[in-house]
Amino acid sequence: MLVTILDVGIAGLLMGGLYALIAMGLSLQYGVARVLNIGHGEFIMLGALATWSLHTVLGISPLLSLVVCAPAGFILGYILHRTLYKRLMVTSDSPGIFEGNSMLASFGLLFIIQNLAYLIWGTRYKAYSYLAVPVNLGGALFPANSLVTLGFSLLIGVVFYIFLVRTRMGKAIRAAAQDSSTAGLMGVNINFVLALCFGLGVAMAACAGMLISMNYSVFPSMGMEYTVIAIIVVVLGGLGSIPGSFIGGIILGVIGSIVTYFDAGLALVAYYVIFILLLLLKPTGLMGK
Amino acid sequence: MIQLSWTSIRASKSYLIPGIILLIVLIILAALPTFGSKYSIIFLSTIYMYIVLTTSWVMFSGPTRQISLATAVFFGIGIYVAAILGMHLPLVVMVLIGGLTSAVMALLVGGLTLRLKGVYFTIFTFGLLELIKNLLNWYEVTFTGTRGRFVVVVDNNAIYLYMLAIVVLTLLTAFLIRRSKYGLALQSIGEQEEAAAHIGINVTLMKVSAFAISAFFMGAAGAVMATRWTYIDPFMAFNMNYSFTPVLMAIFGGAGQLGGVVLGAIFFAYLEQILITKYPYYYMLIFGIVMVVSILYLPNGLAGVFQKWRLRTVGGGNAHS
Repeated sequence: MLVTILDVGIAGLLMGGLYALIAMGLSLQYGVARVLNIGHGEFIMLGALATWSLHTVLGISPLLSLVVCAPAGFILGYILHRTLYKRLMVTSDSPGIFEGNSMLASFGLLFIIQNLAYLIWGTRYKAYSYLAVPVNLGGALFPANSLVTLGFSLLIGVVFYIFLVRTRMGKAIRAAAQDSSTAGLMGVNINFVLALCFGLGVAMAACAGMLISMNYSVFPSMGMEYTVIAIIVVVLGGLGSIPGSFIGGIILGVIGSIVTYFDAGLALVAYYVIFILLLLLKPTGLMGK
Repeated sequence: MIQLSWTSIRASKSYLIPGIILLIVLIILAALPTFGSKYSIIFLSTIYMYIVLTTSWVMFSGPTRQISLATAVFFGIGIYVAAILGMHLPLVVMVLIGGLTSAVMALLVGGLTLRLKGVYFTIFTFGLLELIKNLLNWYEVTFTGTRGRFVVVVDNNAIYLYMLAIVVLTLLTAFLIRRSKYGLALQSIGEQEEAAAHIGINVTLMKVSAFAISAFFMGAAGAVMATRWTYIDPFMAFNMNYSFTPVLMAIFGGAGQLGGVVLGAIFFAYLEQILITKYPYYYMLIFGIVMVVSILYLPNGLAGVFQKWRLRTVGGGNAHS
């Protein structure tokens, strides 16, 4: 009994680490740049497929491909914000209208990226084997690649949190999250900060994609599932709260693991039930303002 | 007051000629099954479906400015009503039940959630779609043993005429709502909800009822269209694209005017028809590009472009139009 609980708990943690990483990127984009990026999962998919290509075609280790994928994701996100979302910010009459418009624009991006990926990589499911060796952890066996995934998620989360709390740029980001126009008046280069946050969000998505490709098979339509999970986690933790996303991710991972233990078909249903109850009862989430 | 009566006289006159043209077009369309090809009947039924979905989406989301992604929910409910009841009941009853079930669902959902603002409402409707889809799939697999269901087949001409009737009713309802005090109330809620509440508008009642009316037409269209597919499963019936497509059609055509909405629906239905079987990825790619470009450069859609162009060439026009 105790072993089962431990098993389910650790499996949940492993899953939760990944969820937390996915959610942090989205939370950063919504919390600071006010873009509810429905295309978030598509950037995850791009990261995953790029890693797959680099590994199988060029033989580059997935963990090493991070050096390529993360900066490429950042540049893509930065440019997208400087062109697309910047223009929407200027043309929208109010912040509320901007939120609606930017969300719809990211729907458009979703379709563009997903179908470009179909044209490039085709529809087949792709997978490779990397670090798929069992590791003995307190009597239970876990694959090494999911442990590496959890380690990376924690590392990125902690590093990013320290960056937010300790550095000058982190302070500017927090100020922009509270009130971007006032932060602009206080001398924060607001266009740079917003684009930076959007770019960092995409870079995190690319990292998550790299980690996912080590554990699961990847394909162009995989993104939506992760977008949905990210949205649920972000709502659970509180829209725009980075620590909230992290805790929310772990909680959702553990819940998912418990439900899967009883009936695997109900895991997604359980996520949506949690999501809808949250929106109805406490839309500000666990750590929301 | 004088000003008002003036506009109403001018309005009734200016409706006469377009009204007659519309009537003639309607008669031709209604008579099409007697002389049109089978292909054109099926193709037009699809266009009608999109017009109904887009117009009813605009009915609620246009004036209130709350972006709903629940279109596929209500459409899918109609489809499932047809699948469950189709063997026993005539099509008319099925369509009515499909519409009413969706409307009741909208009343429940709307009553619970319309106090959610902005993106919260949108992601709620999105989550609702996924919840229903996955719950239904789980139910079908665990309890009925098969994922899909068969739907009783109906003659193509009957489907066509039913869809035409639903299109006419939807457009008429949308038009009348726009011209009524009810429509103005919805509009004012969209502009400033607090102010609307202060001048005595029952905000919740208005929003929930508009949501239910729009859901009725979506459900009715679903019940008719289900009979064309013969086999359905939760992933087909509650396909996310039925939520996204109406939004894009409305944005591209221009949600501010009914003509724009219809134009957007026809354009994309046609594009889909010519591209989807041969180049599905290029179709969805164009779909995405048009969506981004429309949001960036066409704030009032194609209808807005036409209007601007007309104002420039004619050199005037009604300031209220």
